[in-house]
Amino acid sequence: MNGCAFTFAGCELTLLGTGALWWGEAGLLCVSDLHLGKSERMARRGGDMLPPYETRDTLTRLEADIEATGARSVVCLGDSFDDLDAARGLAEDETLWLARLMAGRRWVWIEGNHDPGPVEFGGTHLAELHRPPLSFRHIARPGTAGEISGHYHPKARIRLRGRSVTRACALVDSDRVILPAYGTYTGGLRSDDGALTRLMRPDARAVLTGSTPCMIPMPR
Amino acid sequence: MSPLPARFSDWFTARGWQPHPHQITMLERAADPALMLIAPTGGGKTLAGFLPSLVELGENPPAGLHSLYISPLKALAADMRRNLLRPIEDMGLHIRVEDRSGDTSQTRKKAQRADPPHILLTTPESLALLLSYEDAPRIFAGLKRVVVDELHALAESKRGDQLMLCLTRLAALCPGLRRVGLSATVGDPPALASYFAPHPAPCRTLTADPGPDPDIAMLRTEATPPWSGGGGKYAMQEVLEQVRAHKTTLIFHNTRAQAEIFFHHLWLANRDNLPIGIHHGSLSREAREKVEAAMVAGQLRAIVCTGSLDLGLDWGDVDLVIQVGAPKNVKRLVQRIGRANHRYNAPSKALLLPANRWEVIECQAAIEAALAHDLDGEPRGSGPRDVLCQHIMVTACSGPFDADQLFDEVRSAGAYATLTRAEFEDCLDFVATGGYALNAYDQWKRLKQRPDGLWQLRDPRHAQQVRMNIGTIQDADTLKVRMRGRGRMGGGKPLGEVEEGFAASLVPGDTFLIGGQIVRFETLREMEVQVSRDRGRKPKVAVFMGTKFATSTQLSARILGLLHGDISALPEHTKDWISLQKSSSQLPRPGRILVESFDYEGRAHSCVYGFAGKNAMQTLGLLLTRRMEEAGLGPLGFVATDYATLIWSLEPMHDPAALLDPDGLREGLDGWLAENALMKRSFRATATIAGLITRNLPGRQKTGRQATFSSDILYDTLRKYDPDHLMLRITRDEAMAGLIGFARIEEMLARTRARVDHVVLDRVPPFAAPLFLEVGKVPVEGAGAEAQLAAEAESLMQAAGLV
Repeated sequence: MNGCAFTFAGCELTLLGTGALWWGEAGLLCVSDLHLGKSERMARRGGDMLPPYETRDTLTRLEADIEATGARSVVCLGDSFDDLDAARGLAEDETLWLARLMAGRRWVWIEGNHDPGPVEFGGTHLAELHRPPLSFRHIARPGTAGEISGHYHPKARIRLRGRSVTRACALVDSDRVILPAYGTYTGGLRSDDGALTRLMRPDARAVLTGSTPCMIPMPR
Repeated sequence: MSPLPARFSDWFTARGWQPHPHQITMLERAADPALMLIAPTGGGKTLAGFLPSLVELGENPPAGLHSLYISPLKALAADMRRNLLRPIEDMGLHIRVEDRSGDTSQTRKKAQRADPPHILLTTPESLALLLSYEDAPRIFAGLKRVVVDELHALAESKRGDQLMLCLTRLAALCPGLRRVGLSATVGDPPALASYFAPHPAPCRTLTADPGPDPDIAMLRTEATPPWSGGGGKYAMQEVLEQVRAHKTTLIFHNTRAQAEIFFHHLWLANRDNLPIGIHHGSLSREAREKVEAAMVAGQLRAIVCTGSLDLGLDWGDVDLVIQVGAPKNVKRLVQRIGRANHRYNAPSKALLLPANRWEVIECQAAIEAALAHDLDGEPRGSGPRDVLCQHIMVTACSGPFDADQLFDEVRSAGAYATLTRAEFEDCLDFVATGGYALNAYDQWKRLKQRPDGLWQLRDPRHAQQVRMNIGTIQDADTLKVRMRGRGRMGGGKPLGEVEEGFAASLVPGDTFLIGGQIVRFETLREMEVQVSRDRGRKPKVAVFMGTKFATSTQLSARILGLLHGDISALPEHTKDWISLQKSSSQLPRPGRILVESFDYEGRAHSCVYGFAGKNAMQTLGLLLTRRMEEAGLGPLGFVATDYATLIWSLEPMHDPAALLDPDGLREGLDGWLAENALMKRSFRATATIAGLITRNLPGRQKTGRQATFSSDILYDTLRKYDPDHLMLRITRDEAMAGLIGFARIEEMLARTRARVDHVVLDRVPPFAAPLFLEVGKVPVEGAGAEAQLAAEAESLMQAAGLV
C-alpha cells in the first residue's frame, strides 16, 4: 500500500496514492467527491454522452483500497453521487457492487452539495460525522479544528528539473485536511486559488497523489 | 452566336474588358449538372462562376433563392458582394445579393430565412447551420445553382468534407440543382472533380488557359545562407532592392512567427522608409483590413504575409512574389506565384529565398517542379467519420430522417462514395446512443427511432446545442500561448500563437521568444501553451520556427533526384557542400536509406536520411530510440528535419538495418502512441467534431474550475474500458496519417524496402552538420518521473523547514 503518512490532531493518517485517507487506528477509510453517475446525469440533462465507465472505474479503485487497508469503516465525504437521481439511476451491477463493498462494514454517507438528501443504499446518512478528535464534513468551515473535508478538488503543481507535474492533492495544516476528489470524472482546483489559500494556514502542505504520494509545501 | 446577352457584352465593352474564353464556355455549359473550372489566379474565375446566374436571373427575376455562393473565407463572401453589385447596378438588374456568415446580425439572418435573396454568399459552416433548420426546404426552395469558390483549398480540410455532405442534402432538397466548383491549378484534377461530383454522376472539368509560364528564380544574395534555421534575415538588402524595383511585392512566409521576425528586420533595414505592411492570421481583423485597404489603394510597396493571403481578393498591382523559406509543396508555390501579375497572359514573376543550405536544394527542386507543371497531390483518403457524425446530427435537427435514404445521400459525396453500410451504422449508433460497448443510455438516447422507422431527436431542445457547435475548425494548427495566471479560469494574458508542431516539441523548462519577451514553457493544456516569465536568460530555443507543413512526397523525391542530377543551377556554396558530402561520406540515394554514424563530443551519433517529411522523421526518431533502448544502446535524444533524423546515444548504432526492420514497427508504436500528446490532441478534435464533447452550451454558467475535467480523462477511460470505440478508431487513423506521419514512414520503407547504406565516419559529415543547429531536440525519457518527484519534494520540504 503506497501512501504518505502524517500526523494530524494527534492521529496518524495516511494519504493513499488514489486520494483516499486512511486512519489506521480507527480502521477508517475516507474518500471524497466520488461523483458516481456523472455521465448518466450529463446525458439525462441533454448534454454530452460521455463514456459511461467512470462509476466502475471509481468503484474498482475504492474496492482495491478497502481490500488493501481492511477498512472497518468507510466515510464518503459528500458529492458521492453527481445528483440524487444519479444515485437512483446507477446500473444494477454497479448497485450490487456498491452493496457488496458496504456489506460487513460501517458505511457513512456525508451529504454534499450534489447529493443533499439520503440515498437508497443503506449505511448511515449524516450532515457531519464526529469521531473525536476528528470531524468529517463536505465543505470546510472556517474556525473549526480537527476537520476533514472535500468539495474543492484541490490539485497542485510541482516543478522538477526540466518539467512540471500536476497532481490531485490533499491540503493539510494544523486545523484541517482537504481531500482530493476520488471520482474519475473530476477536474481540479489549483492550490493557489484564493478559495484555498484563504482557508489554509501559511504553513500548509500539499500531499500529492500518484504512484508515489509525497508532501510538499502547499503551492500558493 | 455568343451566349452572352447584349446587355452583358455591352457592359464588358463599356469597361474596356473582353470576356475570357472560359467565361463564355461556362455560359455555354450552364446547364451541366456538375462542372469544375480550373483557372489560374487572376483568370476571372469568380465572374465565370457567377455569369450564368446573372444571365439566368436577368433584369426582373422572380423572388426566391436562385444561387448559392460558398467560399472558405467570410471576408471573401463580403467582398464578393461588393464586386457583384457593380455589374448588377451598372446593368440595372434587379438582383438581390446578400452575404451571410457568423458575423451577420441576428435580425438580418432571420430576414434572410423568411425572404431569401436571389444570390446568397456564405461559408460552409453557415450553410450547415441553414440546413439544420426545420424550414430548410422552404429556404432553399427553387435553388438552381451552387457555386463553390476556392474548391482546391476547401478540399484539403474537413470543412470541405462537411460542405460536400451539405451539398448532398441540398441536392436532395432541390432536384435539378447544378453545382459549379472553382479551383486554382491543382496536381490531380480528376481526383478533385471526383471529390466534387454528385456520385455516381460525373463532374466535367473545364481548364482555362493557364497563361504563360511564370518567371521564377532563386534570389541571388551576397551573403551565403546560414546552415540551419529559417527567416532569410541574411538577405534583407537584396529583398529591399527587389521591393524598390517593383510596384508591389508580396513576401510570403511559411509561418506567422517567421513573418513577424522578417518584418522586424526588414523594417530595421528599410532606410528609404518604403511603405511596407504585414498581414497574417494571428493579427486582429481590424489590422488585417487596414492593410488590405491600403494595398487595394496602392499605398503599400510590400506586404510581408503568410497563407492568409493565399486566398482572397485579386490584387491588381502585385508584380512580384517572394517566397521566403522552402515552399514544402509545389502546389502551394504555384498558387502563391499566381498572386503576382493578375493581368492575364502576362507571366507571374517570383523569387525564392531559401532560408538555409538544405532549403537551397529544396527551392531549386521546387522551381524545376513548378516549371515542369509537376504538382503534388497527396491523396486525402476517404471521408472522415467524425464529420459524418456531425452531419447525421445536423440532419436530425432539421427533422426526422430515413437512415436508408441518408446513407444513399451521403454516398453521393465523392469522399464518402466507398462508405460501407456498417461504417455508416457505426456513426449513426454513436450519434444515437454514444456507441458504447456498455449500453448505458437507453433512456437518454439523443436520437430515437419512431414506429414508422424514421429517426428523430429524442429531445427537440437539443437542436439548439447542436447548432451552437456546428463546424470542423479546430484552430488546431496553432495554439494560443498564455501567461500562466493565478486565480480564475482563464489565467494570465494571451501573448500570441505558436504552431502546434513547435508546441509539441517543447519540454517544460524550455525558454523561447514570443512578442519580444522570453518565456518559459510550463504545460500544454486544453489546446493552450502555458508559459511563465523568465527574466534575463538567453532563450534556449531562439525562436519558434517549425513549419506547419512537411515537405511533400513528390518534392522530397525531386530533392533526392536533384542531388544526383544536374546541380549546375545551384549556387557555388551549395555545390561545394554537396561535393564535400560526396567525397567525405556519400550522397543519400533514391530507393535506399543512408545512415551515417560518427562520434561527436564523446557521444555516438547517427544520422538517418529518410526524406519522409518532418512529422514522419520525428516519429521515426521516436521509433528508433525505442528500439535502441531495447537494444541497450542508451539513446539520449534526437532531432528531426524534413530530410533526416539525428540521434545521439551512449553506445553507437552497429546494425541500423535491424533497427529499421519494418516488422513489428507499427506494434512498437502502440504503447508510445497511446500516451502521446499528439494523440490526445487528435482525440480532442475528433471528439469535438463528432459531438462527444461540447464546446458551447446554451446558457452555460461558468462554475468553479473543479467542475470541468480534461478530455484526456475521457481518452484514458475509453482506452481502458472501450478500446474499440469509434472515437478511438478515428483518432488512431487520423493521427497515423497526419501528425504522426506513419503513412509517410510506411511509404519510405516501401520505397527503400529497408535497404540501408551504413557509413561509419570519424567526424561530422557535411550533410549532418546543420542538424546540430536545429531546434526542437527531443530528449529520451531517462529516469522515471516518480523518482525525480520524490527527490524534489524532499528538498522542497527541507528548504521550507517543514520536515
